Amino acid sequence: MSAGRRVVITGAGTINALGGDVAATRAAMKAGRSAIGPLRVRDADRLSIAVGAQVEGYDPAARFSRQELTLYDPVTQFALIAAAEAMAQAGLAEGGVEPSRAGVILGTSGGGLQTQDENFRLVYEEQRNRVHPFVVPRLMNNAPPAHVSMRYGLTGPSMTVSSACASSNHAIAQAVMTIRAGMADVMVSGGTEAMLCFGGVKAWEGLRVMSSDTCRPFCATRSGMVQGEGAAVVVLEEEAHARARGAPILGEIAGIAMTSDAADIVQPDRAGAVAAMTGALRDAGLDPSDIGYVNAHGTGTAANDRTESAALGDVFGSVPPVSSTKAMHGHCIGATGAIELLAVLMALEEGVIAPTANWREADPDCPVDCVPNAARPATVRAALSNAFAFGGQNAVLAVTAA
Amino acid sequence: MTDARKDVATTVRAIVAEQAMVPEETVTPETVPAEIGVDSMGLVEAIFAIEEAFDIRVPFNANAPAESAFDISSVAAITAAVERLIAEQKRT
Repeated sequence: MSAGRRVVITGAGTINALGGDVAATRAAMKAGRSAIGPLRVRDADRLSIAVGAQVEGYDPAARFSRQELTLYDPVTQFALIAAAEAMAQAGLAEGGVEPSRAGVILGTSGGGLQTQDENFRLVYEEQRNRVHPFVVPRLMNNAPPAHVSMRYGLTGPSMTVSSACASSNHAIAQAVMTIRAGMADVMVSGGTEAMLCFGGVKAWEGLRVMSSDTCRPFCATRSGMVQGEGAAVVVLEEEAHARARGAPILGEIAGIAMTSDAADIVQPDRAGAVAAMTGALRDAGLDPSDIGYVNAHGTGTAANDRTESAALGDVFGSVPPVSSTKAMHGHCIGATGAIELLAVLMALEEGVIAPTANWREADPDCPVDCVPNAARPATVRAALSNAFAFGGQNAVLAVTAA
Repeated sequence: MTDARKDVATTVRAIVAEQAMVPEETVTPETVPAEIGVDSMGLVEAIFAIEEAFDIRVPFNANAPAESAFDISSVAAITAAVERLIAEQKRT
């Protein structure tokens, strides 16, 4: 019997430009610190985009063996680091769940893009006629969840979900549905992205939506988005299963909704965003007035912030505090929803709303309280986390306090 | 043994040892790679390393190792096969 199965979060982990774990990330969010800085990638002098939110001081050799690194693109490395923290917090690092009742669903957009970038460079630019035998297992988009499943011996469903900037939220929604449907008791979910390399940034440059200085969501002087990188992983667990083993309960994914604009490949649509937010509220059995915080998609582009503000106005009579943490950790594309879920958990667990950093000036087109620049204490019992992707693919999570 | 032949043997030994994660001195001409932990993935990696080290093409199909014209039954066999490929492919 699967009806009424509720899904709680029993562990969280991350590595992103704000920090190498959840504690460091939360500390940076509370301080309103932006991790956006000069991009340090090969051939950066040939990029017109000079800024990004890169993971600093990261030494793969200190985290993984040489044999492992032969097989792990950075997108997999980030996923494994975030998963290790989440599984340790959940108390599942050394077992604790029937393996066939546990799986992994992660979001990513670019997959092993750095592996592709490096090997295209070898064969096209350097005219090499041989590539390493593991190029395919490194670059494939399902490598991160595959390696997480292998690390923890989880034999239930495992896959990658790819819906650009909504990949993490779609992945988490799929994981929630898997548990609700009775197909698993534990699902490791979230997202990972490692797109900060020459080809990854060059492709985004082409769209002309990137900021040349920094990301200023909901600000009149905003100039576009800034890419980030990293991963965040949460352990989702059927509530009774979690309680029976005394697991820490950080919050509940009470509602999910996924909608499609069915309109434009890049332009966001107000109706699609409204339908996703109202759908998540309905699924959670929440009233708009129950929501104390919305973690916005808030990319800092003209189109998103204006459309999202209008959609928020439609959904909420009185719009609760809204912030975009992308001003701090950058737009981590397929990982961004999972990293932003950490800000949601901070609001629910600690009563601190992460600010929208880099904000300077109100924009009449964005009439929301975006919690500018300084974190704010607040009692939040329920929150929404928005993700509105290219392709018009929207996924919103409604999260409630434990 | 000429210096060139010695180099081939030394390099092959180093590549096999690296894949097996064992000290080089424990690898002898009689060593069977599969018996010291070189699995199918490790073998493919070793062949890639051999191609890079000697700038040769090694005819090896991981689907049918026994049918490939490249004997991997021992370190000595690999060394001999590499020497033959060097002679064939570097003739001109």
